[in-house]
Amino acid sequence: MEKNPLTLIGTQLVRSDASEKVLGAAKYVDDLHFSDTVYLAIRTAEVASGALRSIDISKARGSHGVLAVLTHADIPGENQMGSPVPDYPILLKPGDEIRYVGDYVAFVVAHTREQALRAAEKVTVMVAEKKPVLSLNERIRELQKGGDYVPAVHQKIRKGDSDPKTMFDSCDYVFEGDFFADYQEHAYLETQGMIALYDQDNVMTIYGSMQCPYYVQNGVARALGFPINRIRIIQSVTGGAFGGKEEVPTYFAIPAALAAYHLHRPVKLVLSREEDIQWTSKRHPIKSRYKVGIADYGRLRSIQVEAHADIGGHSTLSPTVLWRSSVHAAGAYEIPNVRVDVYGHYTNKVPSGAYRGFGSPQVFIGIEGIIDDVADHLKKDRLYLRKINALEKGKTTPTGHLLPESVGAKKTLEEVERLSDWERLKERVAQFNREHKHLKRGVGIAHIHYGVALGAMGHALDASGAFVNVLPDGSISVHIGGTEMGQGAKTVIGAIVGEVLQQPMEKIHVYQTDTFFLPDSGPTVASRTTVFSGNAAVLACQELLKTLTALYSTEMAVPPQSVRYTGGVFSNTEGQKPVGFGELAGIALKKNIGLCATGWFQTPRLTWDPENGFGEAYVTYSFASQIVVVEVDCLTAEVVVKEVYTAHDVGKALNPDGVIGQIHGGFVQGMGYALYENLKVNEKGKIVSDNFNTLTIPTIHETPEIFKVSIVEEPFSKGPFGAKGIGEPSLIPTPAAIANAVSDAIGKRVREIPIRKEYLLDLIRTAP
Amino acid sequence: MPKRALSFVLNGERVEWEVEASDTLLRALRENGLTSVKRGCEEGECGACTVVIDDEAQKSCLVLALEVEGKSVLTTEGLPAAPGKLHPIQQAFVDEGAVQCGFCTPGFIMTTYAFLKAHPNPTDEEIRHALSGNLCRCTGYLSIIKAVKAAAAALSNQSGAAEGGR
Repeated sequence: MEKNPLTLIGTQLVRSDASEKVLGAAKYVDDLHFSDTVYLAIRTAEVASGALRSIDISKARGSHGVLAVLTHADIPGENQMGSPVPDYPILLKPGDEIRYVGDYVAFVVAHTREQALRAAEKVTVMVAEKKPVLSLNERIRELQKGGDYVPAVHQKIRKGDSDPKTMFDSCDYVFEGDFFADYQEHAYLETQGMIALYDQDNVMTIYGSMQCPYYVQNGVARALGFPINRIRIIQSVTGGAFGGKEEVPTYFAIPAALAAYHLHRPVKLVLSREEDIQWTSKRHPIKSRYKVGIADYGRLRSIQVEAHADIGGHSTLSPTVLWRSSVHAAGAYEIPNVRVDVYGHYTNKVPSGAYRGFGSPQVFIGIEGIIDDVADHLKKDRLYLRKINALEKGKTTPTGHLLPESVGAKKTLEEVERLSDWERLKERVAQFNREHKHLKRGVGIAHIHYGVALGAMGHALDASGAFVNVLPDGSISVHIGGTEMGQGAKTVIGAIVGEVLQQPMEKIHVYQTDTFFLPDSGPTVASRTTVFSGNAAVLACQELLKTLTALYSTEMAVPPQSVRYTGGVFSNTEGQKPVGFGELAGIALKKNIGLCATGWFQTPRLTWDPENGFGEAYVTYSFASQIVVVEVDCLTAEVVVKEVYTAHDVGKALNPDGVIGQIHGGFVQGMGYALYENLKVNEKGKIVSDNFNTLTIPTIHETPEIFKVSIVEEPFSKGPFGAKGIGEPSLIPTPAAIANAVSDAIGKRVREIPIRKEYLLDLIRTAP
Repeated sequence: MPKRALSFVLNGERVEWEVEASDTLLRALRENGLTSVKRGCEEGECGACTVVIDDEAQKSCLVLALEVEGKSVLTTEGLPAAPGKLHPIQQAFVDEGAVQCGFCTPGFIMTTYAFLKAHPNPTDEEIRHALSGNLCRCTGYLSIIKAVKAAAAALSNQSGAAEGGR
């Protein structure tokens, strides 16, 4: 079939769910009501480390309004929610080790949430307390002592000469530096929540706020001891996620499902903000040491990275997150000799987990900081130094992945150079600094790559389905395995379906994700939904077109190869005998021809050597470059981002407004991480800043006034219409770019994010 | 605890409710089906529960339900002039891409509503000041600023003729 010009892809699209959201009609989990609903509260250990001696629930059970108090003995299936590492019991039993303050001891169910909370306080536990390990440094020292301590995670990359004794021999200069990136809280506006219904057919149905319904389905099946076919997960409208609703919602679906199982009543659990911040994963704190060797006037030759991450009390997704850290640690450059070791250490704190960027923003501050050091030492332009080391088609990444196509790295650098008017920008800033004594401006650059989808380590999960059904009136319903969490998945998938079937958006309805309709489509993470759900939708639509073409051919006595489909109308090659899509669909259905199809997309297996950490890490890479201008008040250490210039290679922008929305939002979230969001943990392992009065996230005030975006399109041949991903690359360069800009302003390298005021004042005081 | 009677005007219609003396307006509204009013922090920091009380934007988690006795309360459900017809502010949020996850959106719209009534031709600086009590984690706020400006323009065009919506 011939190619038609694009009518939806790449055009201005109206978000398909925006109207219901502005009208207040969109139903988030807390807006759903079922009669006879009861409410759940969780009693946690409240001690960071120790052994649980005993649990006494008698007082809680007698408390007003209480219907049940559930403990470890009430779990019909496996008392385990840790995956892949089984280190996370659902409910602690006497004798078990307490690993962080939020470990579950009992679930209390009552007629109202207040009654459940009051009763939960009456559960008494006896604990043999131990001194908690709260510092990552303590673990690093243990590892360096060389005893029998084994870190929970160790991921590595080895390329070329990776022997630390020799790999720097051929380098002209060697640069070293230490960096630290702390926690970040997701701070999605809607807290986590679940409703479990144990209703008809002995099926446990769960509605909730989440990114990954299939994770929840598997986790609940394991806890209840049910076959997976008796667990149905329906994602409710989800109020932001950013990775925070990847593995974590399972930990709230399980309590709700257990209670619904025992009580045969709908059970609701919606967290308060404080509970949400105390009990849900954070971005990993990562300490890194960089050593970089340079030859040939600025070419990167060798890099050694040793990084240590605080994974908290349970390992959850840490092995996968830290694998991504290892792949991205050496940066978006061509480097022949690479040695990366990323370790994950248990501490007695909240588990670290998935957060937009997935372990990469923390390491990009290292490589991007060092690159500036190199440029400054060699008296070369910082942008130029990145350009001469940037990846290109035919070059290999730091893991040894030969890139055959879709490498817009250099173009993104050229685009930020153009957008910012680079040479003039540097002059403008220098001029400002000559005219101001205490206010200093600085320019920062960051250049990144991002492996799209789950990559070699997540290959087993990297497939997705879509189901497209054409109804008798010509309307089209679409089910996908990926989820809408605010990023615009429904709109972009609707546009893909509309484009392939040549039908307007109004005729297409993309449903909330429901595990009932499609096989396990993996998680909605890793900027993979446009590519994976999108390709699956394309495949399903192509099936439908095949069926319709065959039908038209029979009905109109036109040979199949002469059927034309353009502008939503079937005809012969001369454009005669026109029949519209809707009309032909009506004919098909009258003739009992089914017009539904399933598409299933998977990527080819990547060649990866896990022993040596070498090979094709991800199916493709998105690239980005960013320049920011900050202003530092050297007396108060106040930092304001004044200007942003950012360029992103997304393969193809299917919904350009949506892409720009991701870029704006990702930037401001990354800016919050770099400058404002201090998550404090006290000496008892509890988070102090557990609401927005103490945890400061950016407001509209902090949003930069000058913000220019360039979208670079280097098509990815296996992406739908050439698309790659943007969800995470929107955030990843920002912390590094801001850290570099602040460094530039004060004349001293910033080595920590968030850049706390006390830290920055110290740097300013000791600056040359 | 005995319930107390509460009478006020909600989205243009008089309502008579029974509430607990300790109920916040946020709770009372949500329990009566006005689910656009979102619970984000319950301490007045996030703005997701913002409603307009007698022309002033207020965080309903910080107001006791009984305090609105005799007053007029407006939520985003009450803005359309006719069912399904978006109010110019709602339309601007849709058109300018100011909606992503949507959880903060009703609160932003109500803050904008009260703000534009008092400042029909706002500057960027005034917009930033007025909306600084509402948090959004998705959009980075740039599209929200554009939406407020577009709404201001649409409303001032409209006010030349008759007042549309409310």
